[in-house]
Amino acid sequence: MPADPIAKTAVPPSTADFVRRSLVRKGRWGVAEIGFWAVAAATLFLLPERHLILNEIAIIGLFALSLDLILGYAGIVSLGHAAFFGFGAYMAGILAKHGFADPLLGLVVSALAAALLGFVTSFLVLRGTDLTKLMVTLGVALVLGEIANQASWVTGGADGLQGISMGPVLGLFEFDIFGTTAYAYSLTVTFLLFIVARRIVVSPFGLSLRSIRDNPLRARAVGIPVNRRLVAVYTLAAAYAGVAGALLAQTTQFVSLDVLAFHRSADIMLVLVIGGAGYLYGGLLGAIGFKVLQDILSAWTPQYWQFWIGLILVVLVLVGRERLTDKAKALRPRSRGRLAGQAKVLPTTTAGEV
Amino acid sequence: MLTILFDGIAYGMLLFVLACGLAVTLGLMNFVNLAHGAFAMAGGYVTAVLMNRYGMPFLATLPLAFIVPAFVGLALERTLYKQLYARSHLDQVLFSIGLVFMAVAAVDYAMGSQQQLIQLPGWLQGRVEVLGIQVGLYRSFIIAICGVLVVVLQLILSKTRFGSRLRAAVDDPRVARGLGINVGLIFATTFAVGSGLAGLGGALGAEILGLDPTFPLKFMIYFLIVVTVGGTTTITGPFLASLILGIADVAGKYYVPSLGAFIIYTLMIVVLILRPQGLFARAR
Amino acid sequence: MAAALETRNLVKRFGGIVATDNVTFRLEQGARHALIGPNGAGKTTFINLLTGVLAPTSGQIFLDGVDATQMRPESRVHRGLARTFQINQLFPAMTPLETIGLAVSERMGGGRDWWRVTGSRREIVDEIVEIAQRFRLTDALDERTSNLAYGKQRLLEIAVAFACRPRVLLLDEPAAGVPEAERHELLATVAALPRDVSVLLIEHDMDLVFSFADRISVLVNGAIFTEGTVEEVSTDPRVRAVYLGESVDE
Repeated sequence: MPADPIAKTAVPPSTADFVRRSLVRKGRWGVAEIGFWAVAAATLFLLPERHLILNEIAIIGLFALSLDLILGYAGIVSLGHAAFFGFGAYMAGILAKHGFADPLLGLVVSALAAALLGFVTSFLVLRGTDLTKLMVTLGVALVLGEIANQASWVTGGADGLQGISMGPVLGLFEFDIFGTTAYAYSLTVTFLLFIVARRIVVSPFGLSLRSIRDNPLRARAVGIPVNRRLVAVYTLAAAYAGVAGALLAQTTQFVSLDVLAFHRSADIMLVLVIGGAGYLYGGLLGAIGFKVLQDILSAWTPQYWQFWIGLILVVLVLVGRERLTDKAKALRPRSRGRLAGQAKVLPTTTAGEV
Repeated sequence: MLTILFDGIAYGMLLFVLACGLAVTLGLMNFVNLAHGAFAMAGGYVTAVLMNRYGMPFLATLPLAFIVPAFVGLALERTLYKQLYARSHLDQVLFSIGLVFMAVAAVDYAMGSQQQLIQLPGWLQGRVEVLGIQVGLYRSFIIAICGVLVVVLQLILSKTRFGSRLRAAVDDPRVARGLGINVGLIFATTFAVGSGLAGLGGALGAEILGLDPTFPLKFMIYFLIVVTVGGTTTITGPFLASLILGIADVAGKYYVPSLGAFIIYTLMIVVLILRPQGLFARAR
Repeated sequence: MAAALETRNLVKRFGGIVATDNVTFRLEQGARHALIGPNGAGKTTFINLLTGVLAPTSGQIFLDGVDATQMRPESRVHRGLARTFQINQLFPAMTPLETIGLAVSERMGGGRDWWRVTGSRREIVDEIVEIAQRFRLTDALDERTSNLAYGKQRLLEIAVAFACRPRVLLLDEPAAGVPEAERHELLATVAALPRDVSVLLIEHDMDLVFSFADRISVLVNGAIFTEGTVEEVSTDPRVRAVYLGESVDE
C-alpha cells in the first residue's frame, strides 16, 4: 500500500476487528429473536386451547419462509409457490395412506420430492421478465392442480385424499385431537428449518443471492454463476415448501385440491408481504398477522373477510411496503444501536444514515 | 367438427375483447394488472342487473356495460393505478390481487354468490343451419360484434392521431411529454377504454362463460395467456392467440375433457420458455 | 511472454452492422493502456466481447495466452479478468463491506459455502480491510451503498472489480460524472493500482488518458484506427481529425 497523501485519517488497527464483527454480527442471534422463539415455545404451554390454529400458523410461517428465500433473497416473483406446497402435501398424504405412517419419513420424502420438482422447474424461471416468471410459476401450479384433479385414483381427485392415518412422531407422540402434538411437531420442524435458513442467508452463498437480487449484471461480473445459484435456492425453497405441505397433510390427516389452488400462492405472497420480505422473520410474523386478521375479520364479517384482506394489500402497496417493514427488520441485530457503538472506533458517517 | 370450430372462434373473439385492454396496459404500459377481470365482471353484472331487475332489453344494456366499467376504470386509474406505473412488478401484482379480492367479496356481498342468468332475446336464441353447419345465432352475433371491434381497434391504433400518440407515449413517456403530448390523459383514456371493452366482453360473455363473483380469478389466467402468448407489439398477436386459445379450449373440452386445461397450461409454459416475447412478436 | 489480454481478428456483427471490425489488439503485462474513440466507435461492444457478455462472430480472445473465446463470463472473472461499469452497477441494498466481502469470498470459492458465516475466515477479513483502505472506503463500510456519495460509489465500483484480484482490469470511464471535489481522490487511487495488474482504460477524458496511460489505441467505426505511445497518438493529426476534434464539441 503506497503512502497516501490525502487520506483523511490513519486507519485504526481495529478496522479488521470491526470488519469481522460487522460481518459475524449478522450470524448472531439478537435478544428480540430469542424472545420471539421463547414466546413461540411458551404458547405450547400457555395457550393449549389454541393449538390447532397455532399449528396452522407454524405451517403457514414455514411456507412463507420458503417463499422469502426466493422472493426476498433471490428476487424471483412467483405466483405458483403452492405447487411445491401441494406436491409435498400429496406426497406425505399418499405415503401415509399406503402404510408408511412414520411422520419423519414422510417429511424427508416430501422434501426430496418437492426439491426434485423445484430443481426441474427452476430452469423455467431463469429466463424472461418478471411477467414470464409469474406466468410460468403460475402455470406449473395450475398444471399440477390439473394432474391432481385428474389422477383421482391416487389423489382422490375433487373429494380429497382421505383415510390418512399417521403414526406417532418418533414413535413416541401420538397425534391428538387438540392439536398439541401437531403444534409441537410443526413448531419444532419450522424452528429447525428456520435455523438452517438463517444460517444460509448469512453465508457467502446467501450474500451472493442478495447480490443477484440487487443487480444480476454486476453479480455476473464479479464471477458469480448466477443461474446455478438461482437453481440452488429455488430447489431449496421448493423443499421447504414441500415440508410445509407435508406438515399440513400429516397434522390434519387430509389433503384436498385446495393445497395447489391459486389462492394458496396468492395468500402466501400476502403473508410474506404483511410481514415483509428479505429478513426471514417476515414470513413468520406475517403468518401470525394473517391468521389473527383472518380470525378477527371472519368473526366480524364471516363471508367477506377477503374484502378486508384485499383492502389491506392495496393500502400496503400504496403506502409503501418498505416503509412498514423496515421497522420490523430492527428485530435482527442489524440495528443502528450497535452500529453507533462501533462508530466511535472509526471515523464514520453512519449517523447520517436514514 | 365445424360447429366446434365455430364455437371456438366465437369464444376466442370474446376472449380477445375481454383481454385486449390488458394487452395495452400490460403490453404497452408494462403494468401487471391482474384485476382486469374485475372490470369484465362489472360489465357482466351491469347487464344482468339491468335486465333482471329493471327489465331492460339485452341490447340496450350493452352500451352501459361498456360505459360503467370504463368510468370505474378511469376513476381508479386517476386515483390509484397511476401512482403505481413506476413501481416494481411485485407491487403491481400485490395491488391488483388486492383489488380482485375486494371486487370478488364486494360482489358476493351485494349480489350473492350464485350464477347470474340472463335471458337472451328470442331472436338470438337457437341455431340455424348454414352450409350444413349448425350455427348458434348468439355466437354469430358475438363474432359479428367482436369482429367489428377488432377492425375498429386496429384502425384506431394504426391510423388515428390518438393511436400514434399512444404509441409515442408508451415508447418514451418523457420524449412524448416533450412533444406536448398529454401522457397522463392518453394513459387514462386507454385504460378506461380497455376497462370498458372488458366490461362489454363480460356482458356478452355472461351467457357463455358464466357470471359469478369468482369470475375475475377464474379467467385471469386466460387473459394473461392471451397477452403473454400473443405478445404485445401488435394487437394482431393477442387476437390470434385468443382465437387459438378459444378453439383449443372448446375443442379440448369436447374431445379430451379430462386433459383440456392441462394441455392449455402446458402449451403456455412451453411457448413462454421458447418465446419469452410471445408467439407472434418479433424478437426485440 | 504472452500478452495479458489479446484479441485476434475479432469481429462482431449485429445483422448488417459491423460493430467490431477485425480488431487485433494486445494488452501487455502490467500495461497502462487506454482505449479511446468517438461515441459509437464500438468501445462498449468491444468490452462486452472481452468479458463474454457477447459472443464474437469470428476471431479469438486470449487471456494470458489461454484461448478464452468460448469461456463463460464468470470463468473469465475467475481467470483474472474484471471490469468496472461506466454507469454504476452496484448492489444498492448492500453495504460496501458486504459488496467487497462478496467479491472476495466468491473468488475464494466461498459462494458455494452454505454454512459458514461470511467473515468467519481470517483471510477474507484481511483482504476486505486491505481493499477498503486502498479505495478509501473504511469510513463508509457499514452504510447502505445507495446512501453513499457519488464519488464513493465510483470508488466502490472499482473496489469490487479489484476484489476479484484481476490480472487484467477493464476500467470503463471510471471518472464519469464524478464532481470536481471528489475527482482527485478517485484519480489517485486509479494511479496507485499495483503494477502487476494490467489496466485497459476506456475513457473520454483526455486529461485522465494522458496522465494515466503509456499506450493509447484509437477505435473508430469498430476498427483500430491507430495505436501508439501517448506522444505519438496525441500528436497524430489524423487522430485529432477523427477524435480530438470531435471531443471539443462534447
